[in-house]
Amino acid sequence: MTDTPVLRVRDLHKSFAGIVAANNINVDVADGEVVGIIGANGAGKTVFVNMVTGYLKPTSGLIEFAGREITGIKPRNATGIGVCRSFQISQVFMTMTVLENLLVAVSLAGQDRRSLLLPLHSDERVKECERIMARYNLTEHREKAASTLSQGVRKLLDIAMAVVSKPKLLLLDEPTSGVSSDEKFGLMDLVVDALKEQGTAVLFVEHDMEIVRRYVDRVLAFYQGEIICDAPPDVTLRDPKVIEYVLGESHRPGVDRQAMEVGHA
Amino acid sequence: MIRSVFSDKTILWAFVGFAILSLIGTLLPNWVLNNAMFGLARGLAVLGLLLMWRTGLISFGHALYFGLGAYAVAMLEKFTGTTDIFLRLLAALIVAGGVGFVIGLVLRHYRGIFFAMLSLAFSMVLYGVLVKTEALGSTDGFSVSQTTFLGWRPSSKYPLFLSIIAICLLATIGVQLYLRSALGHLTTSVRDNEIRVEYLGYSVARAVHVKYVISCALAGVAGALIAMALGQVDPDSMVNWTVSGELVFITIMSGPGSVVAPFIGAITFEFLRTFAFEWAPHAWQLIVGGTLLGIIFFLPEGLWSLIRRLWTKKERRRDRYTSSAGARSA
Repeated sequence: MTDTPVLRVRDLHKSFAGIVAANNINVDVADGEVVGIIGANGAGKTVFVNMVTGYLKPTSGLIEFAGREITGIKPRNATGIGVCRSFQISQVFMTMTVLENLLVAVSLAGQDRRSLLLPLHSDERVKECERIMARYNLTEHREKAASTLSQGVRKLLDIAMAVVSKPKLLLLDEPTSGVSSDEKFGLMDLVVDALKEQGTAVLFVEHDMEIVRRYVDRVLAFYQGEIICDAPPDVTLRDPKVIEYVLGESHRPGVDRQAMEVGHA
Repeated sequence: MIRSVFSDKTILWAFVGFAILSLIGTLLPNWVLNNAMFGLARGLAVLGLLLMWRTGLISFGHALYFGLGAYAVAMLEKFTGTTDIFLRLLAALIVAGGVGFVIGLVLRHYRGIFFAMLSLAFSMVLYGVLVKTEALGSTDGFSVSQTTFLGWRPSSKYPLFLSIIAICLLATIGVQLYLRSALGHLTTSVRDNEIRVEYLGYSVARAVHVKYVISCALAGVAGALIAMALGQVDPDSMVNWTVSGELVFITIMSGPGSVVAPFIGAITFEFLRTFAFEWAPHAWQLIVGGTLLGIIFFLPEGLWSLIRRLWTKKERRRDRYTSSAGARSA
């Protein structure tokens, strides 16, 4: 690890017509670190991800990637320097097969733009895609159109496409949303292992606290556009403010969650 | 390189098809040869529209480039006396491609109905300028002299027909190779999901722009070829919105399935119009419109889907025969 954080955010602020969506956000993410982002709906999690990846321009503040300022960068330029992302709703090419989706991603990840004029299905690219499909358990879906895949497999494809360029920083917006509970942990095991292997720092938005507890080094808890806690999961998930504003009373230590759920029912 | 080009079945069949057409051309009467030339030239413009359609965009203003190509031929002759086919085509390519590049800088940011209507608006600006400007021939336009080939003035239209076939073949090969490339596959990618293309690090606007300029250049060359085949250019038959409509009509009729489809669609359209006019001079539009309706209802993927369906049936029959012969011999 180097001393310069891979992501450095200072005093980030975003408002839409006077409504504050993000306020005074300060975050450092180190190389290879896995950071979870939690918060209720509308807390500003996705706005933060969108600002870091260039989808939204901050109203004020500073975003640095590996020591270089990237505030307000265009999405394609963010990808070019090594900041990639996946989406809450999978963003894949629906009418294309899994292989074709990856082939396009691999060809665009190449530095040599002249190679874009070569046939898409070149041996070299197909081999690279086969390696990615094997890594992300997509081989059996190789020739299926993306529109026919289950949510879980489509999420995997979305993430696999985002990481083909071997980014230094990957932001995942709710990687397990819409994925069945059977598939959730398998998907996260695959993704986190693969990203740790290539030393990518990961920031992911998540609502499932089991996932957060199991995979992250640190948790950022958002409330009304601000970070109210930034600490390891054991600390954040026990923080009284986080329990009050993000997790709910059922997560307070000593409370019998099952009894509360029955009581509510 | 040549082997890899001809290993592509579409290119191989296009080559065979155009070769057969060029041989048949020697036997055809003049009016059929003319219709075939108009059809092939329009097919070239439709090939460009197919590229846009695959990107998810429909242009209702390609008559602008069609007309620019045609007028480039006429103006070149008016000001320099040049009638050489190569110079005429070069002028059309540069003018249509250049104007397409400039207008594309604006249009590449628009999608759907806005793209369609803005492209129509630009084409109607040229139509207005041509109709109102005496120096540009006004509503009468210009006549175009017979085309020469490096100084040679042929006595029949067959050399021009052959040249049109050669240009169509070259364009078919070029567009097919482009569509096979990673850059060409961005047509479907952009249509499917622009956000993902941007987040893979490529500019969607640039991808649209490149395809737009290619399609404009093809339309320009098509216009130049029609001007040479017809011997006349005028705003109504080259630049009016009805010309754009016709090109969109043929694009839908052909279907987006193959780079060969535009030529089949355009030739079919040309003969359909000729015969419809012959049989029902007062209701020929009804016949042409009815045909398009029939195609949309029964062949939503265009005429090409009919050919593909017949081809698949034939392949299935051959597979059945091969497997039953194999079983017998075993």
